[in-house]
Amino acid sequence: MKNEFQVIAELIEKDKKVLDVGCGDGILMQFLKNNKNTNIRGLEISKSKVQECIAKGLTVIEGNAEKDLKQFPDKSFEYVVLSQTLQAFLNPELVINELLRVGKKAIVTIPNFGYWRVRLHLLIKGTMPITKTLPDEWYNTPNIHMCSIKDFFYFAKSRNIKIFKSLAINNQNVSIVNDGNLTIKNFFADLGIFLIEK
Amino acid sequence: MNAENNIKTLIVKKPLKLDCGKTINEFPIAYETYGSLNKNKDNAILVFHALTGDQFVTGQNPITKKDGWWSYAVGPDKAIDTKKYFVICANVMGGCMGSFGPSHEDPSTGTAFGANFPVITINDMVNAQYNLLDHFGIDKLFSIAGGSMGGMQVLQFISNFPDKAKTVIPIACTSSHSAQNIAFNELGRQAIAADSNWKGGGYSSEDTIPNKGLAVARMAAHITYLSKKGLQEKFGRKLQEREDLKFGFDADFQIESYLRYQGSVFVDRFDANSYLYITRAMDYFDLAKQYKGNLSDAFRATRAKFFIISFTSDWLYPTQENKDIVIALNSIGADVGFVEIESDKGHDSFLLDVPDFLSALKNFLDKSYTEI
Repeated sequence: MKNEFQVIAELIEKDKKVLDVGCGDGILMQFLKNNKNTNIRGLEISKSKVQECIAKGLTVIEGNAEKDLKQFPDKSFEYVVLSQTLQAFLNPELVINELLRVGKKAIVTIPNFGYWRVRLHLLIKGTMPITKTLPDEWYNTPNIHMCSIKDFFYFAKSRNIKIFKSLAINNQNVSIVNDGNLTIKNFFADLGIFLIEK
Repeated sequence: MNAENNIKTLIVKKPLKLDCGKTINEFPIAYETYGSLNKNKDNAILVFHALTGDQFVTGQNPITKKDGWWSYAVGPDKAIDTKKYFVICANVMGGCMGSFGPSHEDPSTGTAFGANFPVITINDMVNAQYNLLDHFGIDKLFSIAGGSMGGMQVLQFISNFPDKAKTVIPIACTSSHSAQNIAFNELGRQAIAADSNWKGGGYSSEDTIPNKGLAVARMAAHITYLSKKGLQEKFGRKLQEREDLKFGFDADFQIESYLRYQGSVFVDRFDANSYLYITRAMDYFDLAKQYKGNLSDAFRATRAKFFIISFTSDWLYPTQENKDIVIALNSIGADVGFVEIESDKGHDSFLLDVPDFLSALKNFLDKSYTEI
């Protein structure tokens, strides 16, 4: 399992009810179910990924986070997880609001557009950045609302969203992000993980 | 057909009060089983059939000599694996394969009930079938499953008996018959009523059955089970055994010939009055209405695990109507999974060889069986 999922799993206590939005093939769900006794549900847009989840015995609903989160009642999950999909939504702000309505807490991860390799790519090559976490070309990328760790920090503040914990991942290294080191972490991390609440 | 030796029948002694107000006593429920019930009696799956189905789910139907209606899904090593599970299916009340229906004799007149048979509902059907659990000594079913009207029975069953099934699989169905659904059923009923042989439901002997009306009803309904794309790909404007149009009203086109054939074979195995009664039961189905307009309340008492399946090209019970059930379940935090299967085969997809559907069904059942 990738490092990002390890970090997310560590943020979730045992025996909780969790919704994984954009759960993909269900790797994180399966880990949480087996290791944390999580009562886990998934929402996934891809039919083939939903099939993979069913084959793993996971409870998944085929659907789109922008349209289908509204069917879940307020605070019906202890945690709602959104891994590296925020930037692909037409309206990320609406999705964040929905995550925070449905979940008591939300865990959101973003590929960091402030990462030095991303900056360098655009600066030197003058073309849209392609990295390990952002492998697509500009014309076929699903990512239409890229942001940096700093952007997400400022966004949360402006919307009175409480950030309980924010973590930066650079390869295998995980470190805490705070107001003091934000600029540095925003430069060196390729992924940001936020535990938030409203 | 009731005299056939191949039909297993349970005579229900317990009186059953029907939604119409009448109470029935000592009525027969015809059923079939596949596989074997294990020692713990925890491997039973109750399958519900659709409008024109019967209890002969798989293998050769002993009456019609054709394959069972769910042969693709049910059998050894299939999605509903009869090596593993004990599958039970009953002919619905109102049907014509041995269960209490309009072709049965009315003791007060000595002739068939015909149109004097009480109007029955989906609720009546599942209440009648519930007696099979007692018959087999099954405390809790591992699963209940069915497509189309079978799916409606699944929904009604779990709402009536919330702790009697561990998993619940409604397929290509709805919680409430739409105006369009009712309209198509009415078309079929009117076709039957317009056949002079129907005689207000009072036909009885072989030579006066309303087979023309019933065939037209079947032809119209059959169109609703297929998709436009599926029809176009299979038939297009292809001509039936002729080089050119004949400028007449014979079946010039293959699709015409196909529908006529579907109509003609249907009348050999189905009873016109049963068709009227069962379509009526479907039209009356509105699960939310039974719970004062709140569909979620139908499922509030159950802890069962739901898996809902729809098909992209099903315009009879479209995905959105299946999703409405998912939404009602999610709003009470029920355990519900949902997938829409890509298929060009229309509403009939659930009866056909649609690999994505069959593998989803198999995976859900087999994984759930190891966990619960």
